[in-house]
Amino acid sequence: MRIRAQENKGRVDVKILIRHDMESGLRKTENGNLVPAWYIHTLKVEAQGTEVFNAQFGPAVSRDPFVNFRYQGAKGDKLIVTWMDTQNDSRRDEVIVS
Amino acid sequence: MGLGLRLGLGLCLGLWLWASAGWVFAQSSTEDITQYRDMLSDSNPAELYIAAGEDKWNTPAGPKKTNLKYCDLGLGAGKLEGAAAQLPRYFKDTDRVQDLESRLMTCLSQLQGISEQSIIDAPFGEGPKKDLNEIVAYVVSRSKGAIIKVSTQHPKEQAIYALGKKAFYTQAGPYDFSCASCHSQDAKRIRLQELPNLTSPAGAAQAWGSWPAYRVSNGEFWTMQHRLNDCLRQQRWPYPVYGSDLTIALSMFMAVNANEGLYQAPGLKR
Amino acid sequence: MDHQRREVMRFASVFGLMASVGLIAPAKAEAWSRAAFAEKSLDAVFRVLGASGAETSSALTFTAPEIAENGAVVPVVVSSSSSAEQIAILVEKNPNPLAAQFFFTARTESFVAARIKMAETSRVYALVKAGGIWTMAVKEIKVTLGGCGG
Ligand code: HEC
Repeated sequence: MRIRAQENKGRVDVKILIRHDMESGLRKTENGNLVPAWYIHTLKVEAQGTEVFNAQFGPAVSRDPFVNFRYQGAKGDKLIVTWMDTQNDSRRDEVIVS
Repeated sequence: MGLGLRLGLGLCLGLWLWASAGWVFAQSSTEDITQYRDMLSDSNPAELYIAAGEDKWNTPAGPKKTNLKYCDLGLGAGKLEGAAAQLPRYFKDTDRVQDLESRLMTCLSQLQGISEQSIIDAPFGEGPKKDLNEIVAYVVSRSKGAIIKVSTQHPKEQAIYALGKKAFYTQAGPYDFSCASCHSQDAKRIRLQELPNLTSPAGAAQAWGSWPAYRVSNGEFWTMQHRLNDCLRQQRWPYPVYGSDLTIALSMFMAVNANEGLYQAPGLKR
Repeated sequence: MDHQRREVMRFASVFGLMASVGLIAPAKAEAWSRAAFAEKSLDAVFRVLGASGAETSSALTFTAPEIAENGAVVPVVVSSSSSAEQIAILVEKNPNPLAAQFFFTARTESFVAARIKMAETSRVYALVKAGGIWTMAVKEIKVTLGGCGG
């Protein structure tokens, strides 16, 4: 995950890039087999322990997903970003707002 | 047979990329495409590869369990700033002109003990080539904004440039194509796809300076070796050996034509 | 304007304070709405979201390119001048129209940017729920190369 979180005048701009194939379940390999669906369905962001953003994805979110949102916060806020996918993989990363 | 007709035939005969594409427009609206690209330019997913590559650069790996901090890309051991913008170049220790990827293979084999052949043999984007992709992304990111400055001082640099130029204009294969068939005129396009003029300083700088790149069509990070491999496929030539002199020569030709241009890699391509 | 911003900031800090001492519960984590994502028609998704009566609104701004060079990656930006609780993005001609939805708290701005896949040229809907009421904006996005292959 690449997380950029920058504060300006009380507003924190958060940009998140995640490496994930986001397989839709509709893609075929060269020999015609369907690649099973496997995608991130939930992405949550907590700031200082409080949830500020919750995203739900279907298979039509692009590979290597990107989201950008903003919340009222401060430099030094601790963000915890967590995602979960349809095969119950998940990942959690932390970043401090600059 | 005229070039136009031959190109047309080539397309009809199933350059799958275009044949299967389901194009909507006869002509492009360049402005709208620009809007699309601008909206994507922030947060290029190539950043994910850069971050992974930085880890790989600094983490001991391979049979020798060393990191790559002593890799010399031409500006001295471990000096990355601007190094990619000056490649390909002649290296004394290997006594050959190397592009970024072949030079990194030298580093991986000398410093980490990873066999070059294992990298050459791997399919693009898999195994050791996947690792190399990430390292490439990291290294080129450290030249972003530098001026392209490729030397032709050394006789071997001159020789490989001449070879590249020759290869670029050589017509061969079932359709009698050369790189120049597709890439030596301004404002040439196949359907929506712009074909950069790689023989002009502006066209070469625009193209050379934006590779390697993240390709949104398949969500993959492609190096220049991968790009060339695919163009040779479109040209119906045999696949070149990864890191071979032919590929380095073609890169040398494009890079020298791009001299004085801006190095903006990694790029973002359709 | 300045006054307004100070209000917002004061609200934000009070909110943060209340949350940190446990006076208010943190936003309830939304469970993934499998059903909404599985629906195959636009109408059905509207119904599941409870947005069937949504009307267009000038409070809502929906930015997307006229043409997407590649349907595998289509950038979209949705924002609203009213305080949104939820934003959803629907692609009429995708096999499952609901592409993504986002939930916001009082501290989150009514803004989100994301990238979606489009199988073909289609109308794309941006839905915003604010104060319990859904509004929408529609835009046709032409796709030159379908994103079905992923
Ligand atoms: C049949 C036509 C054709 C031939 C022949 C061809 N290419 Fe290409 N080349 C293309 C197309 C089409 C693209 C753009 C691909 C895309 O956008 O996906 C391209 C892209 C490129 C690019 C990247 C340009 C950019 O700005 O992104 C480079 C570099 C390149 N080609 C080099 C070469 C070289 C070197 C050769 C000869 C070995 C060659 N090409 C032969 C069709 C061709």
